[in-house]
Amino acid sequence: MRAAVGGSWVVVLGATSPIARAVAGELAARGHSLLLAGRDTGELERIAADLSIRHGGDVATVAYDARDAGAARKLLAAVEARAAGGLEGVVAAVGMLGDAERAATDPVYAAEMIQANFTGVVAAVTGLANLLAARRAGFIIGVASVAGDRGRQSNYAYGAAKGGFALWLQGLRNRMWHVGVRVLTVKPGFVDTEMTYGLPGMFLVAHPKRVGVAIARALDQGRDVIYVPGFWRPIMWVIRAIPERLFRRLRL
Amino acid sequence: MSSAAPDARRAGCRPVTAEVSGWGRFPAARTDLYRPERMRSLETAVGCADTVLARGLGRSYGDACYNSAGATVLMERLDRFLAFDSETGTLDCEAGVSFAQILETFVPRGFFPPVTPGTKFVTLGGALACDVHGKNHHVDGSFSRHVLDFDLLAADGSVLRCSRTANPDLFRATAGGMGLTGIVTRVRLTLRRMETSYISVDYERAANLGDALERLAARDAEYRYSVAWIDCLAQGQSLGRSVLMRGNPAGADETRDANVREPLRGMSTPRLRVPFDAPASLLNRHSVRAFNGLYYRRYPADARGRIVHFEPFFYPLDGIGDWNRLYGRRGFVQYQFVVPADAAAAALEDALSLVSNAGAPSFLAVLKRFGNAEEAGLLSFPRPGYTLALDLPWRGRDTETLLRALDDVVVDAGGRVYFAKDARMRRELVGGMYPDLDEWRGIRDRIDPAGRFSSDLGRRLGLAE
Repeated sequence: MRAAVGGSWVVVLGATSPIARAVAGELAARGHSLLLAGRDTGELERIAADLSIRHGGDVATVAYDARDAGAARKLLAAVEARAAGGLEGVVAAVGMLGDAERAATDPVYAAEMIQANFTGVVAAVTGLANLLAARRAGFIIGVASVAGDRGRQSNYAYGAAKGGFALWLQGLRNRMWHVGVRVLTVKPGFVDTEMTYGLPGMFLVAHPKRVGVAIARALDQGRDVIYVPGFWRPIMWVIRAIPERLFRRLRL
Repeated sequence: MSSAAPDARRAGCRPVTAEVSGWGRFPAARTDLYRPERMRSLETAVGCADTVLARGLGRSYGDACYNSAGATVLMERLDRFLAFDSETGTLDCEAGVSFAQILETFVPRGFFPPVTPGTKFVTLGGALACDVHGKNHHVDGSFSRHVLDFDLLAADGSVLRCSRTANPDLFRATAGGMGLTGIVTRVRLTLRRMETSYISVDYERAANLGDALERLAARDAEYRYSVAWIDCLAQGQSLGRSVLMRGNPAGADETRDANVREPLRGMSTPRLRVPFDAPASLLNRHSVRAFNGLYYRRYPADARGRIVHFEPFFYPLDGIGDWNRLYGRRGFVQYQFVVPADAAAAALEDALSLVSNAGAPSFLAVLKRFGNAEEAGLLSFPRPGYTLALDLPWRGRDTETLLRALDDVVVDAGGRVYFAKDARMRRELVGGMYPDLDEWRGIRDRIDPAGRFSSDLGRRLGLAE
């Protein structure tokens, strides 16, 4: 991506995550204005101030919770009010790792996980994609996860939601190609954030800044699907190749 | 739902138990580490353990930066700039912001930290807790003088804004208070405007200690930044031979004359790293003597107006990542003390003789003249006089014997030792060195009666009990 013209807006969903903050910094440095959407409005304000001071340019915020039924509609209204005509891109970095054990047994919580990580985000991105399609330009970055590459007994509600999101992004990419909108699917491995800090079984954790830089570079290069860091691609290839009869015994 | 938003029950209250140390890598202890990324999880983390200490980037040397009796909260992810006024240079930011981040963003815009320690890998919260000083103490005082206000997360969970007018007692107890009054979450300070990111430096050599003190006393006022590097292994007539490095911010005309292409050049990115622990034998009196001799001659005997970029001038060791590993697995201690001017000549001579006679391989000993410290915190280290800082590889009892002898010299001269560097001092000496300790304890007992904020240093020295 070349330096963007002033006023070209990017909407960042789930903007308080460290990955989103890192990507937002890269985009702000490239001259984009940012609309940060997330649940914790106090944090959004802090991140907005920080990005604006570090990189200059406009950074606005809007409250957004992917689990709310009306969230996508409200978000779209906010985007049209703020960034009408100037929408250049979308970063969908919403993610709720949550409590995997609870999601395995609590029906309401399981549905909430799917809503937060998949259906809620899909609703919002669909509306925003329509705006980009109408302009016949722009980009969508969807943050999925390596957890979506195979259903694992330890964390399948989150994995299914992320896997579903990745599949949805794939279809979206193919459709949007015809109207000149690029769609980048990002599959991060373990990232060194508060979400994973202190969790057992973490290995090869990547710094969120590194992930942000890799995502921005992939956008510049016009990639379709990236694993960050890149070594997760062969790792996940192996994990997908393990026969189901063996895989279930591994307790992964 | 935002990405990575944790369930409050889980994330934020999920420690990593690990062995940690200060920059000297001696001593070390196990503690529960928390690393909040948002204000809410900081509050959660503080509620997770009986005793807590905030830790910045761990660049204090000894046991000031961890709490093995409970939780140690890493502040490095709470590093957002909150507001900046380019007219006044006032910067409002979270306490986990480091000097490196400030330099990265603001040097190209013509602003510089008003006071900076000798490494840029220090957070503002840490700088305030240690009330750090820089090469400009004789003109500008210590770090806290430039802090307009800060927010303190107190033991009862409240967040108190502290300035010289609001909660002034907490301001004076927290500046230099080693993190024992609460957790500083936000700092507002004034950056200094500068025309260029270069310093116009005068170098001169001093043949011995007396010569160095004379030169420092005579013309320090002409320089904003002043420091002397001492060869601690020189003996006899050369005891205390030094290189004085003093300078002022270079003006645009000076950098133009020196053909500097980018007068506001920022930080350089590539860094060397020390990839592994050096063998204990690397730093011995012979290798260090050779190094010191080279270093002494590396700088011109008498040079005026050399245009030097701020990075090598202020942060000579930051270019070598993990340089503390040069001291090997056992680590090292840094010993820094200040003595009043009238006692300085005799005390420094005694101290240097002790180090030199012990043959302890110390390089990078730094001598500096402190100025007025009236506005500093109750436990702030700087006071008028001369300060000497030296690095010594930790060799167990031999090192401790030398340091006790140095303690005696410092106490006899009416001086004090710097908590941020200390790893081993005995608690009996603290009261005599820090006459405001009782007043500090009174404030601390009021703000934190249950002693929730604690560190290994604080317990060892009996600062707060």
